[in-house]
Amino acid sequence: MLSLFLIAVALPALAGPFEDAVAKFANDEFSDTEEAIGAVATSGNPLAYPIISALQDGRLMADPDTKKVFVTGTDGNSIDAASGATVANVPDSASAVRLNNRLRRSVDAALGSLTLMSPDVAMRIQAARSVFKSHEESALPVVEKALAKETSRTAKAALGEARAAILLYKADASEVDKLKAVAIIKARGDQEALALLTDIGSDQPASVTKAAAGAIGSIQNSLAVWSMVQNAWYGLSLGSVLLLAAIGLAITFGVMGVINMAHGEMVMLGAYTTFVVQEMIRTRYPALFDYSLLIAVPLAFLVSGAIGVLIERSIIRFLYGRPLETLLATWGLSLVLQQAVRTAFGPTNREVGNPSWMSGAFELGQITITYNRLWIFCFTLAVFAILLAMLRYTALGLEMRAVTQNRRMAASMGIATSRVDALTFGLGSGIAGIAGVALSQIDNVSPNLGQSYIIDSFMVVVFGGVGNLWGTLVGAFSLGIANKFLEPVAGAVLGKIAILVLIILFIQKRPRGLFALKGRAVEA
Amino acid sequence: MTPHMLTRSLDRGATLFLAIVAACGILIPLSNLLLPTDSSLQVPTYLVALWGKYVCYAILALSIDLIWGYCGILSLGHGAFFALGGYAMGMYLMRQIGTRGVYGNPILPDFMVFLNWQKLPWYWYGFDMFWFAALMVVVVPGLLAFCFGWLAFRSRVTGVYLSIITQAMTYALLLGFFRNDFGFGGNNGLTDFKDILGFNVQAEGTRAALFALSCLALIVGFVICRAIVSSKLGKILIAIRDAESRTRFLGYRVESYKLFVFTVSACMAGVAGALYVPQVGIINPSEFAPGNSIEAVIWVAVGGRGTLVGAALGAVVVNYAKTVFTSGVLAPYWLFMLGALFILVTLLLPRGLVGTFNAWWEPRKARRADDNAASAAREDGISAPKMAE
Repeated sequence: MLSLFLIAVALPALAGPFEDAVAKFANDEFSDTEEAIGAVATSGNPLAYPIISALQDGRLMADPDTKKVFVTGTDGNSIDAASGATVANVPDSASAVRLNNRLRRSVDAALGSLTLMSPDVAMRIQAARSVFKSHEESALPVVEKALAKETSRTAKAALGEARAAILLYKADASEVDKLKAVAIIKARGDQEALALLTDIGSDQPASVTKAAAGAIGSIQNSLAVWSMVQNAWYGLSLGSVLLLAAIGLAITFGVMGVINMAHGEMVMLGAYTTFVVQEMIRTRYPALFDYSLLIAVPLAFLVSGAIGVLIERSIIRFLYGRPLETLLATWGLSLVLQQAVRTAFGPTNREVGNPSWMSGAFELGQITITYNRLWIFCFTLAVFAILLAMLRYTALGLEMRAVTQNRRMAASMGIATSRVDALTFGLGSGIAGIAGVALSQIDNVSPNLGQSYIIDSFMVVVFGGVGNLWGTLVGAFSLGIANKFLEPVAGAVLGKIAILVLIILFIQKRPRGLFALKGRAVEA
Repeated sequence: MTPHMLTRSLDRGATLFLAIVAACGILIPLSNLLLPTDSSLQVPTYLVALWGKYVCYAILALSIDLIWGYCGILSLGHGAFFALGGYAMGMYLMRQIGTRGVYGNPILPDFMVFLNWQKLPWYWYGFDMFWFAALMVVVVPGLLAFCFGWLAFRSRVTGVYLSIITQAMTYALLLGFFRNDFGFGGNNGLTDFKDILGFNVQAEGTRAALFALSCLALIVGFVICRAIVSSKLGKILIAIRDAESRTRFLGYRVESYKLFVFTVSACMAGVAGALYVPQVGIINPSEFAPGNSIEAVIWVAVGGRGTLVGAALGAVVVNYAKTVFTSGVLAPYWLFMLGALFILVTLLLPRGLVGTFNAWWEPRKARRADDNAASAAREDGISAPKMAE
């Protein structure tokens, strides 16, 4: 009896405000739970974060009889919420603390403000962003406290924006504060800022409403500009892929006047070379995985290039002067190569991984740029530059240009045109193989990989004009960009159809493409 | 066409070909319908449908040979005209389903009901009437070919450039017809046909009649092609094929001749497609695939370009081989075969089967004073690269 009395007296005496707050969770009243959330969140107790996050996940159990509250961990262990002591098992009478929508918002805000103090910068920024979104008034003191302590510049900016969002929505904030807040949010300038400014409601001072309207206008303008930038980037990215796929075709077609329908299969072979290289690395030298592409590039060049020379020597050289027959024979060849790969590697997509330096993305202003697209863009330009330099400064390049401009004259001057043809074909095919390495990073590696690029590549070459690599460059990028700007307006498929129709019409105007070689022959 | 033109345009080989086609067109349906099913001479219905398909392909091949073999225009998009003719016929067949569709809508085809369309799109009007559909079978491919050819030939797009933009044309149509909102059934195309002119499409009699009609169309198409290539116009076409610039300098309007023959050829392809659809029972966007068009070109190459008979023969031979190979254990090797066929025919047999046979046969009968204009034209046709010198 005495001991019972003692305990009854002692308990409240022992319990601090934190323990009192925790006990309120057990009352099963939404108003009490809300008070408890506020009190726990501001207590500074290390248990606050586990308790609130358990509450969010429905893992906070309360026993209405003993007023004890437990946190059941995700690993099955449970602790007493008030003391942090591990408990063997939660009593059966305990049930999860219930939440309604209003409470869930409080929980989110509380969690946000709790993590605002986290030692991890990324987490702090995350928390500041979630406060920005919820702009819960109760978070203001924590935000300000965090802002005072913050050292990281990015986190400070995020916290400043969060504070501005709260102030803008706080009924009793001063007009000056609100105007400043609008300016800060305007500077942020993304979709969320736009949503925040659009929803401020009508009970704001006139000057604030006006400033917000102005800010909305300017954000919308800047977002429009950014979406243009985004489309332009997508266009450049698509253009670089097209360029990579078409550039080899441009060389073979430019020099030999031969349309190689098996060009897409050279691309595919390059992609499969990448797959084989990665498989070898995965099984034997896993540490080298990040370098797999560097190994695959020269190998793909060799594989596709060698097959190209083989094709030229065994088939195409017998068909010179008969471009239409060459077209048919190389088409047949493409069927054979596809089926051969299908037999060897199976008809399904094969897995080609991204090395670590090619995965992920970064943000530039309001747009997200993935590393693989960026690398492919740079890689394409590098390949283009090397090829251009090769054509300009090496003996083979000189011979190739000579043969392109006037085959008979070149032969008369002692250039072995058939050797140049074989090497040119090998070079074009080798570059297609390199393209395959790059495309394996963004596309499915399947036997049909090449087919999906062949018509686009033709379009690029025909549009750009034959015998001029710059034409191919301009052709690829203009088609890529035009495609991506038409896409939002007309949809992906209609955009593509529109591009095809435009090219068909364009060919009527300039049958030899943008940059045609000038000659005096009637049927040049 | 005067009787004189007809006799002039048909030499012995052509007559033999026509006789064989006519015999098949009469005997196969009769044997299918009249003989008892256990008779060894009876042709089963599935074979009638299969050979009907080959005959349609032969018409398509004929149309390609007309422009490629005699005018040097290599179209890699002829499958598009074939498919457009097929779609025109398919639209008629869809309208004939009426209330027997899954949703029982008297006007709208099932796929439109499924897509929640309220009324028939304007371009489906009139397709409930057979004469209109039959007209469209010729008009739509012809019109497309006319517009396309007018643009292309006027600006002197030739050779591989023309081949590539015809390929782009059929590719664009392929993408378009895959879309549901184009109103042609999207991915699934048009199928589940019931009646044609009141006869059940599945019935044996209808199939036999369609086969006979296809043979008739092949005969008519062949005679038209022969008439064209053996006329003065045909000589000019061959001149364009062998030396386009020279022909132009001689004062001929090259583009008009090309446009004419290209349009005629597209109309023929459309008719082939229209006969094809009721016999196979479906038309879908994959008929527009660039690969199909190129495959059709190889039929012509196998049979022999610039021979007409060879084109039809090539279509039947290659497709028969395809049926044999793709249905057995050899199925995985069919693409190897087809690919090798492309390569070997262009390398080793540039004149095709019939062309090679003619080259062997002609000298033997050369002793006979042969003033047959058509065979002379054919010989010229074989030595195409002469102009290069």
